[in-house]
Amino acid sequence: MKTYGKHRFPGRLFVVEGIDGSGKSTQLALLEKWLESEGYGTFFSEWNSSALVRGVTRRGKKKKMLTPMTFSLIHATDFADRTEQHIIPPLKAGALVLADRYVYTAFARDVARGVNPGWVRNLYQFAVKPTIAFYFRISVEQAMTRIVGGRDAISYYEAGMDRGLSGDIEESFRLFQGRVVDAYDEMVKEFGLVVIDASRSIEEQQAEMRAIVTKALTGARKTRIRRWVDLHSMAKASRQLNQAS
Amino acid sequence: MGRFAFYGQGLPAVEPGELKGKLVVVEGTDGVGRSTHVGLLREWLESRGHAVLDTGMTRSALAGKGLKAAKEGHTLGGVTMSLFYATDFADRLENQMIPALRAGFVVLTDRYTFSLMARATVRGADAQWVKRVYEFALKPDIIVYLRATVDELVTRVMQTSGFNYWESGMDLRLGEDLYDSYVAYQTRLLGVFDSMADEYGFHVVDTAASIQDVSDQIKELVEPMLSAA
Repeated sequence: MKTYGKHRFPGRLFVVEGIDGSGKSTQLALLEKWLESEGYGTFFSEWNSSALVRGVTRRGKKKKMLTPMTFSLIHATDFADRTEQHIIPPLKAGALVLADRYVYTAFARDVARGVNPGWVRNLYQFAVKPTIAFYFRISVEQAMTRIVGGRDAISYYEAGMDRGLSGDIEESFRLFQGRVVDAYDEMVKEFGLVVIDASRSIEEQQAEMRAIVTKALTGARKTRIRRWVDLHSMAKASRQLNQAS
Repeated sequence: MGRFAFYGQGLPAVEPGELKGKLVVVEGTDGVGRSTHVGLLREWLESRGHAVLDTGMTRSALAGKGLKAAKEGHTLGGVTMSLFYATDFADRLENQMIPALRAGFVVLTDRYTFSLMARATVRGADAQWVKRVYEFALKPDIIVYLRATVDELVTRVMQTSGFNYWESGMDLRLGEDLYDSYVAYQTRLLGVFDSMADEYGFHVVDTAASIQDVSDQIKELVEPMLSAA
């Protein structure tokens, strides 16, 4: 097992981090469009997406079965599957892997839940160290105004309701995500996270991101295949062709 | 200060000093006869008036079914499998073993962290990493390790279920068929178990003797622990 920082691959790994409502997913989608238009092969991977594990996590959350420990371990299991199946192979093939949330999400949330910081860092030792990890910093108040759907869209665990901080979901979210933000802030130096001020305009943030990513692309492989394996966009393109003809 | 302690950084919000009960671990590789001896031990403990909770791998409410389903496919990687088992173990520790210990039960567990650590280690996981992952486990009162040679295991497997994919470590591609792979895989597992014996204080029981003799030896080991405070 290769540990964090010891992997050497031809591809690049760009990661976005930040609390819900920080705009990180929007920024990553824009970055992906741009990289593709530049002719790079990209591969997208997001948090909680392992086909093998997702069902267990979902059920555990729905039935409120998760403790801080099993919450931490099941997310690490999901992440291990992504690492083994969807992160390492494309990186070996020279792709640019774009990850929406990465190990830092676990470090921030699990520590906010009372899990030992050293233990959870060890747990994720198998992770590939990102080329660049962007942290979209925003206040909890500002993030809340951006969460589409408002109060009803806040989930039980995302609000830290399992910690009994407050019976009111919005107040609990405010308190719990405040702790998460503190944990992120403490990691900036430890892991060299690149901080993006997420209170600025979308265009300004994207321009800054692209300028930073450009520097990391020297020597990266360009490919004619638009994406790694993307049946979805191939199907879409063929539908558009059919419509046009 | 109670008898119980964690191996390292423990579970959040659990005070091991509050736990009463006894934690009895039966360890050993696949096909060594653990479940037979756990069954016999349970009967004996209950006949002596102890309330027993027995548990074993993939029996967690949270992850048991998901883990079994994941093993049906062909994409389960080594690290993912290790952590899936760790999740299953943590759920059982927090929701079965600890509540039972708090209530004064004898918790009898068919395998503990040691099988999981051994499996991860033979799959190339970093030894220190594995050790730290499981440091939230409680130190058992006694660890009975049932030992057999690979030849003995092969004989038993032939008489019972036959070779299967995971017990032969086929995911590791160690041999050209189930038999070759089984021998190579179990040899490595036994090596890791042996290396853990001293470090964790296993009570080693050789299973070459008859079931009755082995069972008697296990009871002799467990008995003094039951009367201890």
